[in-house]
Order: sequence, then structure tokens, then C-alpha cells
Amino acid sequence: MTRTRRTLVTVALLALLALPLAAGKFYVDLVAKIMIMAVFAMSLDLLVGVTGLVSLGHAAFFGLASYVLVLAAPDQYTAVSLWTSLPLAVAACALAALVIGALALRTRGVYFIMVTLAFSQMVYFVFHDTKVAGGSDGTYIYVKPSASVGGWSPFDLNTGTHFYYAMLALLVLVFAFLRMLLASRFGHALRGIRSNEQRMRALGFNTYFYKLAAFTIAGAVAGVAGYFAAVQFGFVNPEMLAWHQSANVLLMVILGGMGNLVGAIVGAFAFVLLQDFFSSLTKHWLLPMGSFVILAVMLLPGGLTRAGETWRFWRFGGRDG
Amino acid sequence: MDLPILLIQTLNSVQYGLLLFLIASGLTLIFGIMGVINLAHGSFYMLGAYAAFVLSALTGNLFWAIALGVPLAVAFGYLLEWAFFSFLYKRDHLQQVLLTYGLILVFEELRSLAVGDDVHGVTVPATLAGSVELGSTMTYPVFNLFISGVCLVVAVLLFVLLRRTRLGMMIRAGASNREMVRSLGIDIGFLFRVVFALGVALAAFAGMVNAPASSVYPGMGNQVLIICFVVVVIGGIGSVTGALVAALMIGFVDTFGKVFLPDYAGVLVYLLMAVVLVWRPEGLFREGRA
Repeated sequence: MTRTRRTLVTVALLALLALPLAAGKFYVDLVAKIMIMAVFAMSLDLLVGVTGLVSLGHAAFFGLASYVLVLAAPDQYTAVSLWTSLPLAVAACALAALVIGALALRTRGVYFIMVTLAFSQMVYFVFHDTKVAGGSDGTYIYVKPSASVGGWSPFDLNTGTHFYYAMLALLVLVFAFLRMLLASRFGHALRGIRSNEQRMRALGFNTYFYKLAAFTIAGAVAGVAGYFAAVQFGFVNPEMLAWHQSANVLLMVILGGMGNLVGAIVGAFAFVLLQDFFSSLTKHWLLPMGSFVILAVMLLPGGLTRAGETWRFWRFGGRDG
Repeated sequence: MDLPILLIQTLNSVQYGLLLFLIASGLTLIFGIMGVINLAHGSFYMLGAYAAFVLSALTGNLFWAIALGVPLAVAFGYLLEWAFFSFLYKRDHLQQVLLTYGLILVFEELRSLAVGDDVHGVTVPATLAGSVELGSTMTYPVFNLFISGVCLVVAVLLFVLLRRTRLGMMIRAGASNREMVRSLGIDIGFLFRVVFALGVALAAFAGMVNAPASSVYPGMGNQVLIICFVVVVIGGIGSVTGALVAALMIGFVDTFGKVFLPDYAGVLVYLLMAVVLVWRPEGLFREGRA
């Protein structure tokens, strides 16, 4: 990390810490939502950017976790404990990712893209067609999970600013966890698989198990994001695991720049803010959004965090090689 | 289950399967030959259906709508390849996914601007409006038989084109080895454009023919797209024969699934895919044996 980057990250973190002091409830909630999406995007970056596995079904785990939150409560009006329901949701997502990954990773390349998409659609239909949690209508969660431990409550998820700071802490924690993972031997093996899987196998790595482990971890982290998304929205429906979600989170990763986790966070901010901006302009906001997506991918293949490099390439690439 | 019901469900399965085949064959060819994963393929089905809605309202007849719509679809595909898809060949799959996803959003919103977000029906032509009697109590709409018949004819024509003509030979060669075809001096750019236009026309045609049966509604393309991915995965990428077998398999599994296990019908198709993946990760018909 260069000095400018370190300064930028520090400034951004301070701005996030100070935001609830200056901004109204709307922006506090919006940024909390963005931070949840950033966690989701980072989990996908572990697959796409680090390991080179393009999954188009990542929303399956995001949505699954939100459904576990619903199913963990005896009814919509009873608060569940955060400390039991969150691990339950994450474990369910990890298990689902393990099973889906074990099958999907038998394929590679474009097959993998289609197969992950298809499996996420299968999870979608499980919740869409059956009567589980309201079927295609979804269901409300009237009470947020309680964070109390033996009667003492460190924070209250019902309060906007508490939720905001909890999400900021979550973002920092997940970022630190994934950074540590990337710095480890395991992380280096994943990067090796991305650049040359054949060689990694020749070196004696069982690349299938490394990829499966990455897929499972990514599914579990996406579950964390999905759990808190359901907590924030107070509502769960099958659209949370629809394939548009998968494509959107993939866009966030690409928009920010792959493989360094910071890009995923930047991408999540850029994407949600743009979506918000376009939809405030016109009812037909998908048109500018779609055009923007096309232009961004065409012109900025490295994403926003590598915009400088892309610019230098277009500007000087032809001449000084 | 008595015989007439069984017969009706079988006819429905075949109809759905053939329809899926028309859409998926284009998808598998476009991938097999150009190496492009095209998420916007479902949009062509959607555009076809809406074209049938608009044109049959203008001309007063579905047949005229199809006669006008198919050349339009070919021209549209040809132009779109030139203006957009030709930039995708050198990009990696990830970027192709996102670029064609952006295209879906654009098409969906243009559709919304042009015809709105309502569900529309398309009138069945008067000549095909009746039904045939099956057994003593059951009837089956003539128009559904017409859909199956037309799709079957188009499927046969597609196989004749691929197996018996020079163009088809080039397409099959392109699906199994693109570089070799290029080095043999065949204008690969032209071949790409033809295949793409063919794929667009097939999907749009499927949308037009099926419009009276399914009615036209927002998001109809995306629903069909994912099922077509399943068809392509089961059949094997680049294989038109595989697409046919897989499409019919899915037609039967989905239709009979809805009869026997209505709550789980949506899932069955994907379970079928999972089973095939365990057994043959590369699909039933590997490589480019079109």
C-alpha cells in the first residue's frame, strides 16, 4: 500500500466514523446498507478477483442467510438472539456453499458461470415455489435480533446509529479477516490458482480443495452480509437471492477493481450511490444504469481503483510500451 | 393418470422442449463459435414476443407479424453483432457477462419505454383458434399443436442447414476449431455475423410463435434465459444435438414435475442438471459436434 493509498483509507475511515454526527437518518441508513453490500462484494472478490472463479450465483448465499434469520425465530414478533441466529445463518450458508461448490467446481470457465447461476436459481425456486416463509410474497421481520448477553446489551440494532456502527465494525472486521487470509499461505495458493492452475497442481496442490475452501468461505461471508441486510430491511423475499443480485454484486467488484478487497468496497459505494442517483432522476433508471455498466466495463476494465493505470495505458501505452 | 391427460402432458412437454431448443441452439452456437457468453439472449426472445404483439396489432394477423418480424430479427442481429458483440470477442468471460448484463437492462428499459410494463395478450389467428378432442372429455388447442409443428419444422431446417450445406459445414468447423477455420481462409467475421443473426432470429421466432400461448410480460426473457443455460450445460456447450436432447429432457421434467410435484417443479430442472454434472461435467454431448 502506497503512502497516498494509506492516507486515502485513513481519511475514508474517519469520514465513515464521523458520518452519523453530520448526516441525517436517511444517509446513515443508506451508508449502512452500502457497508453491508461492501461485505457481500468482498466475499465475491475472494472468488472472482483472487481465485479467478467467476460466480454468477453468489446471491444464493446472501438470500439464504436472510431466510435462516426468519426461520430461526418461532414467529415474526419474537426477537431471536443475534449470537445464536447469526452463527446458524453463517453455518447454513457455508454448508450450502460446500455442497453447491463441490458440484459446480467440477466445471470450469464459462460452464462454471452458468452452473453457479443455475444453482442460485434453484435456491430461488425453493423459496419461491414452496410455502416456506411466505413463498413468493416473502415475509416481514417485525423485531430485530437482540444483541443482549445474559441481560446486558452492548448495542441495540433497532437504533439507526448503533446499527450503523455495528456495520462499520463488521466491515472493518471482515476486511481484516480477508486480508489476513490473503496474506497467508492459503491466500497465496488461491492467487496461484488464478494465474496458473495447471502449475499449482504440478507443484502438488490439490487445487480442487483450495477452490472449494474459497467457495465455502465466500459463501459464509456472503451469509453474514445477507443476515444483516435482512435485519436492516425488516423484510425477506425471494428477490434477495434472484440472479439480478448476483449480477449486481459482480458489477460492484468489477466497478471497484478486482483482487484487492478495497476495490470491492469502492465498487459497492459507487454502485449503490449511482443506483440511488439514477432512480431519483427517472422511473426508467435502468436505461442510464445499463448504459453506464456497458461504458464502465468497456472503458475501465481495471475498475475505479485502477483508473490511474488505465488512464496511463490509454495515454502512453501505445508509445512507451 | 389416464391416457388423455398423459397425452396432453406429453404434447405440452414436447412443445416446451422444442421452444427451448430454438432459443438454446442459438445460445450454444454463439458460445461454441464466437466464445461469447451472451446473457442478453433471453432478451431476443422477449423482443420477439413484443414484436409479435406490436406487429400483429398493426397488421391484424400473427402470420403477417411473423413474416415481418423474422427479417427484422435477422437484420437486428446482424447490426447488433457489428455494433456491439464484435467488441466482446477479445474480452474475457467476466467482462462479457457484465457487458451483456448491461445490455439486458437497456433492452428491458427500452421495452418499458416503448410498450409499457403491462401484460399483453396476443390473439390466436382465427384459422388456428379451435381445439381437437382427446378422448371423451378432454380437448387440446390447435394453436399449441401448431407451435410444436412449426418449431419442429424449424428444428429440422436448422439441422439440414448445419449438416447438409456449405455454410453449415463452416459453422460446425467453427464450433470445433475457430483458429483452424480462420487459417483456412474463411471470412470468420462474416461467419460470426451470420451465426449471431441466426441465433437472434431463432430466439425471436420462438418468442413470436409462443406469444399467443404465453402472452407477453416484462422479465419474460430472463426466465427463459436461465433455463436455456441449463439446457446448454446439460447438452454440452457448442453442441446443437446436445441442446435438442437436453431441451426435450427439460420439457418433460418440467411439465411432468408440475403435475406430480407442483411445489418442487421449479427445482427439479436444476436437480437434473446437478445429476448430469456429477455424471458428465462437460455435458452429455461434448465438444462441437453440431
